[in-house]
Amino acid sequence: MTTFFKRASIAALIAAGSMTAASAAELVINFDGTDPAPKEAFQMVIDKFEEAHPDIDVKWNLFDHEGYKTSIRNFLTADAPDVAAWYAGNRMAPFVEAGLFEAIDDVWEDNGLNESMASTAGSLTIDGKKWGVPYTYYQWGIYYRADIFKENGIDVPTTWEEFLAACATLKEAGITPITIGTKYLWTAAGVFDYLNLRQNGYHFHNDLTSGKVSYTDSRTQATFDRWEELVRPGYFIENHAGMSWQEALAPMVQGKAAMYVMGNFAVAPLREAGLTDDQLGFMQFPSINPDIAMAEEAPTDTFHIPSNAKNKEDAKKFLAFLTSKEIQGEVNKILGQLPAHKDAEVADDKFIEAGFEMLANAKGVAQFYDRDAPAEMAKAGMEGFQEFMIKPDRRDAILKRLDKVQAKVYKDK
Amino acid sequence: MTDVSHTATGMPPAQRSWYRRNRLAVTPWLFLAPAILFFTVYVILPIFQSIWISFYEWDGLGEKVWVGTANYVELMDDDRFYTSLKNNVIWLVLYMLAVPAGLFIALFLNQTVTGIRLYKSLFFFPFVISQVVVGLVFAWFYDPSNGILALIYSIWDGKPPAILSDERYVTYGIIAAGLWPQIAYCMILFLTGLNNVSPDQIEAGRLDGAKGWRMLWHVVLPQLRPATFIAVVVTVIGALRSFDLVSIMTQGGPYGSSNVLAYYMFETALSEYGYRMGYGAAIAVILFLIMMVYISFFLWRMYVQEKRGG
Repeated sequence: MTTFFKRASIAALIAAGSMTAASAAELVINFDGTDPAPKEAFQMVIDKFEEAHPDIDVKWNLFDHEGYKTSIRNFLTADAPDVAAWYAGNRMAPFVEAGLFEAIDDVWEDNGLNESMASTAGSLTIDGKKWGVPYTYYQWGIYYRADIFKENGIDVPTTWEEFLAACATLKEAGITPITIGTKYLWTAAGVFDYLNLRQNGYHFHNDLTSGKVSYTDSRTQATFDRWEELVRPGYFIENHAGMSWQEALAPMVQGKAAMYVMGNFAVAPLREAGLTDDQLGFMQFPSINPDIAMAEEAPTDTFHIPSNAKNKEDAKKFLAFLTSKEIQGEVNKILGQLPAHKDAEVADDKFIEAGFEMLANAKGVAQFYDRDAPAEMAKAGMEGFQEFMIKPDRRDAILKRLDKVQAKVYKDK
Repeated sequence: MTDVSHTATGMPPAQRSWYRRNRLAVTPWLFLAPAILFFTVYVILPIFQSIWISFYEWDGLGEKVWVGTANYVELMDDDRFYTSLKNNVIWLVLYMLAVPAGLFIALFLNQTVTGIRLYKSLFFFPFVISQVVVGLVFAWFYDPSNGILALIYSIWDGKPPAILSDERYVTYGIIAAGLWPQIAYCMILFLTGLNNVSPDQIEAGRLDGAKGWRMLWHVVLPQLRPATFIAVVVTVIGALRSFDLVSIMTQGGPYGSSNVLAYYMFETALSEYGYRMGYGAAIAVILFLIMMVYISFFLWRMYVQEKRGG
């Protein structure tokens, strides 16, 4: 019994101690990047921030990427940090609607972000207010084995016909044209988004994810027609439903598969697995309908100030610091991604440069299916995509089911 | 004892306190109090809360909106729900194999050979390791490119089925993984039961010429009834709340075809794309009602037995 009381009083003392520390200009940041690159990048930012603001003591909580998505709901209400990482688009809507994120239009005003971050401003605006700042984004596209393309005499396809021909040639040569791992579903949404953006364009993507167009609409059907042209001949790797996106990298490294529709974060593990920049190439997803302007997919990662934050003043200083031109350039060099600031320096890397150029000319930047559509719709949609890729015969049933979910989800909105 | 305390407090024996007078009635409740308190707070109240929440539309953050039975109406029209329900039935039926399998392993191990304790613990081993580990190990077995299954098929140049990504096999694949520890559990229940089988009756049976199956069926099994009963109950409940293996091995996939009610509830209420607390609660209530059938049966039997015994 006595030991219990001793322990309890020690715990109380520790708690009291940490509370006094919190009142002395401590800035608490919750962040979900446990991979080496994001960790290193943020250590750098925080070191520099503390150097610039010696009176602020930064406390940094690192969360596991998947676990963070659950934790954030708890800590925003119970024990809010001063700054929290999250995502733009519809993904932040529940927190904005529940009043858990602070509107920070002043940070945008005071630091001229409306100018320098104009390209991503839209995805951080809800009800005319800004609810966070972007710090990085990355392009999606097709990563391919340049050496395998060369061996089989394939030129980088720019049109749908060329793309199908390339797939056929690869299949003929005994190489799986496209690798993908759909165990966690979202990778299938990447393929769907690109087919849809190329077939119907950026506005249609937005109309679909905001529930204005149905899944059985003839234009959505056309997207699925294109998809069938890939699924029916078996251009996607077998057993993709059992693999995560990382596991699906292996066939590409081994040379058994030639292409991967992915985000730029796939480059780091592919390089680590031994692919050189001569072997690995990046291409824009080929055009399907020449009348449709090329829009791209580029999910934006963001930082927000929770409404329950204790130290909002310093939090705003941190966001201003993070979005400055110099820091934007340096952070994204380490992350291997694109700076959200338009004048920031871009890393000297062929994939990042290619992405930067592609996005600079993009007619519209989509977040991602599961960030643009509400969560419930996204879940049902992505399950449907996965099912379609395995059982294309069920297409009609799947699309009807998605219409049913859509009718339900958007009725509440 | 009483005398000592009386002299210690210096109270005259005539003034007996209220507690002392009602000691026999109060003491059992005092001892029960902690259990009742925790059982109420952590089991009884949440059950009613869940039922209550199932009538609301709620994302866990904002306002709760009363929707009446709308969640249940939606559930009746939800393909995913029926898939999960169907899978739960498959689980329930196939999981029952654990009971006879556990019995035969127990009978097999119930002998005196050198090192039998070691064998027993080896058989019991799968029950000791975490379900998460069981799930991972089986997922590796089934891996169509590098798993043991692929290795076996490669002996005669076969192409292994992708068990965990094929809707036809996936539920059975997970159940097979679940049976491994469940058989061990039933085995241990039967082993302890076998310890209590009276040697006299075996002897008597033997004198009357009973052997093999007849001995098992007419002499041993009746004496194992309590163990069998517990084994059936834990297996039923284990099958109904199968969650960890589904979560580890497939997350309900591919496209929801290996979902079970417990995981579907988690998915709709608490996963990344979920946060429909009301809908999740409605699934939980349905699951609770199904379990209720077994729980009532269990309680009723206990009651009957107590009555007979007392």
